[in-house]
Amino acid sequence: MAVASGVLPQTLVKSRMDRRRSFVDRFFRGLCLVAAVVAIVPLFAVISFVVVNGISALSIDLLTKAPKAAGIGGGALASILGSLQLVGLATIIAVPFGVLAAVYTSEFGDRRSAAIIRFAADVMVGIPSILMGIFVFTFLVLPFRQFNAFAGSVALALLMVPIIMRTTEEIIRLVPSSLREASLALGVPAWRTVLSIVLRTGLGGILTGIMLAVARAFGETAPLLFTALGSRLVNIGSFDRPMDSLPLFVYTNARQPIKALNEQAWGAALLLLLFVLTINILVRARTVSHGRAR
Amino acid sequence: MTASTGRPSFRGRQSSRIPDRLFRGTSGVFAVLIVIVLVAIGILLTASSLQTWGAFGLGFLTGITWDPVAGIYGALPFIVGTLVTATIGMLIAAPIGLLTAIFLAELAPRWLAVPLGFLVELLAAIPSVVIGLWGVFVLSPVLRVTVEDWIANSIGKVIPVFAGPSFGVGIFAAGVILAIMILPTIVSISREVINAVPTAQREAMLALGATRWETTTRAVLPFASSGIIGAVMLGLGRALGETMAVTMVIGNNPQIPTRLFDQGQTIASQIATTFSEASIGLQTSSLIALGLTLLVMTIILNIIARMLVRRVAGDGVGMATGG
Repeated sequence: MAVASGVLPQTLVKSRMDRRRSFVDRFFRGLCLVAAVVAIVPLFAVISFVVVNGISALSIDLLTKAPKAAGIGGGALASILGSLQLVGLATIIAVPFGVLAAVYTSEFGDRRSAAIIRFAADVMVGIPSILMGIFVFTFLVLPFRQFNAFAGSVALALLMVPIIMRTTEEIIRLVPSSLREASLALGVPAWRTVLSIVLRTGLGGILTGIMLAVARAFGETAPLLFTALGSRLVNIGSFDRPMDSLPLFVYTNARQPIKALNEQAWGAALLLLLFVLTINILVRARTVSHGRAR
Repeated sequence: MTASTGRPSFRGRQSSRIPDRLFRGTSGVFAVLIVIVLVAIGILLTASSLQTWGAFGLGFLTGITWDPVAGIYGALPFIVGTLVTATIGMLIAAPIGLLTAIFLAELAPRWLAVPLGFLVELLAAIPSVVIGLWGVFVLSPVLRVTVEDWIANSIGKVIPVFAGPSFGVGIFAAGVILAIMILPTIVSISREVINAVPTAQREAMLALGATRWETTTRAVLPFASSGIIGAVMLGLGRALGETMAVTMVIGNNPQIPTRLFDQGQTIASQIATTFSEASIGLQTSSLIALGLTLLVMTIILNIIARMLVRRVAGDGVGMATGG
């Protein structure tokens, strides 16, 4: 270097180092771009295979017929109706639970208890869904020695509650204080203010959270394995008995060494994917257009 | 941040009117119920597995045999399977996830970062069972004839851990599937953590003549590092408990894996495949004991991870992909 700087003008030496720095810069920026592309490859790989394999399996029979009592054939009607009922009841349980818990932590509770409850909700989100299945099994299945759809709905609801609670909380936080004060100043009691001012103002955001929770519950299999169990029979309204769901249908048919059943699994996976992705795209497109990431 | 001052609420304006107290009480009951559920999960899983802890004690965790016929239950094969698959998943997903997060937060123009970020988060929305279906019929066969055979026929000949035969389904495939499933968690939380780094930090570095990459590695990442570690740990937590996709591609063999391409079983996949047919008694109790082990592992990991993330990025991060 000492020799070089003696011969070459100072600027050239510097620019060689600059060139190296600029190369490193460009190399790693390129690497980041490659990583980002790699990160979205699985999404397209999964979607394209499910669409290609699923479309050929999608038929009127798959949508309208129950599985045959024995052997191959029939459709996924029991699973479709089961999913709607299981998730429907789970939503009915989880929405008031999650929204009211959020109202408490953000409107009424003192800071310390609110922090504890929020922390509990965060921990709950991190609990593997299969453990929710076991938990519900111990008090809603084991004592009765009967797998039942109600237990399945409760397990799904427990997964939905923390999601609904945290999204509701974030939305309520954005409702300006002046609205509450105006309402209270007009003599409206606090409970009415929360229901018709605070929650009403945040309704769009709360619905977003609920829809995301519904989409999540719709795709869950693990918590249903030992609660709703699955069934080949169409079960309408009998929550004391086993019930099937679309994810359970995909799982059981994928694990059979029979090609026709595997194809049915692809068909049901396509239905599942359509439902879940539609909700996610609609909801997230809406949130993005409103300028909030979540 | 948690309970920032000036956040609008009714705190401190407690009304004594009966409907108000009733409403406050009802919402309080539901809030407390969340804590009760959490405690109840711990208590019920412990109570329902007492038979196993009584029979084997802590030796349950180190036992290597799981034999329902002989009535001997040991958790080690599943603990090892869980840790190994989650580690493989993390080793693949962490570097890709971090680089992607850097790209989205620091380098990409907005018109590219928004749709790309959206697509990465969309991956998290795909149901586990659908990924598993793709994993068993598409990914595993491809892995087998490409990466697995290649590794087995090269370094596998020297180092036994990488030796064949490869089946496609197995520990390695499960690790790859987990990498795919935890990638969105790592990306979106790292991204938020990086975004939380003050702009002045970057501007100062750029003003000194640093390149974008130098700015990122020397001014941004050190600031965000604990949050990024937290993001990876949240991903790891998700990998430990992920059930359906792993169950479908791991091969369901209740043995301690000795090779990368062995078929194995994680805690979650062992529960998923055998629980509903287990005889009530010691077998069910042992499966619930496995569940309790998993619960303790994930809760500890999640608490540490969330504390790290919160230190950098504040409250309420990672809800969209959490779990």
